[in-house]
Amino acid sequence: MISNLAVLPIVIPLLAGVLAIFFHKKLPVVRIFTQVVIAINLVMTVFILWYVNQNGTVVLEAGDWAAPFGIVLVADMLSVSLVLTTNIVAFACALYAPKSLSEKQEEFYFYTFFLLLITGVSGAFTTGDLFNLFVFFEVLLMASYGLIVLGGERVQLRESIKYVLINLFSSMLFVTTVAFLYSVVGTVNMAQISQRVAESEQTGILTGIGILLFFVFGTKAALFPLYYWLPKPYIVPNPVVSALFGALLTKVGIYSILRVFSLIFFHEQMVFDFFIWIAGFTLIFGAIGALSTNNIKMVIAYNIIPAIGFMLMGIAVFNGNGFSGSIYYLIQDMIIKSALFLLVGAIAYLAGTSDLRKIRGLIHHYPLLGWLFFISAFVLAGIPPFSGFIGKLLLIEGAFEEGEIAIAIIGLGASLLILYSVMRIFIRGFWGEKDESIVPDRKKARAFAVPVIFLLFFNVLLGVGAEWFYPSIESIGNYLLDPEIYIQSVLKE
Amino acid sequence: MEIIMSILAGVLFTTGVYNLLQKQLLRIIIGTALISHGAHLFILTMGELKRGAPPILDYSIDQYTDPLPQALILTSIVISFGVTSLLLVLAYRASKENGTDNMDKLRGNEND
Repeated sequence: MISNLAVLPIVIPLLAGVLAIFFHKKLPVVRIFTQVVIAINLVMTVFILWYVNQNGTVVLEAGDWAAPFGIVLVADMLSVSLVLTTNIVAFACALYAPKSLSEKQEEFYFYTFFLLLITGVSGAFTTGDLFNLFVFFEVLLMASYGLIVLGGERVQLRESIKYVLINLFSSMLFVTTVAFLYSVVGTVNMAQISQRVAESEQTGILTGIGILLFFVFGTKAALFPLYYWLPKPYIVPNPVVSALFGALLTKVGIYSILRVFSLIFFHEQMVFDFFIWIAGFTLIFGAIGALSTNNIKMVIAYNIIPAIGFMLMGIAVFNGNGFSGSIYYLIQDMIIKSALFLLVGAIAYLAGTSDLRKIRGLIHHYPLLGWLFFISAFVLAGIPPFSGFIGKLLLIEGAFEEGEIAIAIIGLGASLLILYSVMRIFIRGFWGEKDESIVPDRKKARAFAVPVIFLLFFNVLLGVGAEWFYPSIESIGNYLLDPEIYIQSVLKE
Repeated sequence: MEIIMSILAGVLFTTGVYNLLQKQLLRIIIGTALISHGAHLFILTMGELKRGAPPILDYSIDQYTDPLPQALILTSIVISFGVTSLLLVLAYRASKENGTDNMDKLRGNEND
């Protein structure tokens, strides 16, 4: 009975999303409904996290089919804390959406797509079955296809085609890889795959399949050299959609890499050496990309890429500190990326343009937004005492333990470039002479600021209160190092 | 039999990728459809092709067909059917709005 807890964060938004179709034209109702549902889901997830922390992993065998045969949903500390973060981001976006979307866009099933996206993301975090992971990927991608074209502008339609194509192609590659894996190990249950791969000591063909999976997840997570599709489709939709995409979609990809390579394909050291290279290039090229543009939305979109590089670096060094750092960074990055996308969305709306060359002196009109952006920039770059610092500290400690000095230095250098790329927006956009042509809309600015403050609160909390969170994160990191615990809790042997 | 099916899946992948690299939007969509057919055929092949045996694991019989690839294939077919239809509508709207279905002209730059 209590094992049903694992499925609740998936079922609640799914049912709510379907219900939202029926009164999609009654905007006041559907807005409140979505916010209440996400709030309930948030409280529910906090309870699940508490329960899992007390009693250990909750495993749901769907339809009561015993573990290796049926689909399992595994709510362990890692997946539940990520689902919790997803819901925090979703709550802020649900507050922001009515302020930023036009009524027409809201009527065209925004809230349904939004809730289905949350369903897909929560499902991808929770599932313990490789094929089911593919299905949840498709659920969240289908919802994202709906969100990206919402509004139907020329440029949106143009970019969404590329977005759909790249995702469709990588999904097909995913299915093919699952077929390969099934023919070699004869199962799609991740715990059992792990067991069988360990029995064969990861033969060459299995390493090949692992690399193929890495390419699939790397495309979704936007790693070097597969990130080229990312920036443009992420800036064309409404800021609230960009915030959801930037916070959730690529993170599902990196989570899958973390799960698959900590649980299944960890026997071959060569693979992790390869990851270090990829992580280094991702850091460098992402940070350079962020400097290359004057479009403020594009700067933030490019900043997704080095963050993914940091997380991959933690996976690549493969030790307790590396994993803890990756998870800490993953959680705080989901929050800060959505906050930044919401902020630049607000700036672009209030200034009337997203071209940095045309924005100046905004701090005279909107001091609150200015300082919020300043704090966000510091969080993103990893300046103490904010949360980005703790994540980077752990990652670099992990890299030093393994003697990977070069990647640690690249990471620090990329952090400086990241700081410069966002401070550039602050200096050029907020400082400078007062722009008299702008008629300030303080009420709107305050409405935009509320969800951002809500998100930044968690970033500051994760940074200042690191002492409270670090022990749990460290235990998750150590838990990932020992796949036996996961296998035991799923297969119950 | 498995070898022939694998080669067939490979041919589908090749033609699919060839079409995917074309400039015309409709050809690209046909390419994705071919690739997904290839992937589906591949799943079926990977579960071994057998006939005339029940799809149940029962310890009293020694011949059975694996039902799992068929379940996987069914899910995958439904998904790719949905995505292809969405892509067709999207391509229609995009080519109407942009006035072209040539991918070279759909590049765009920062200024718009």
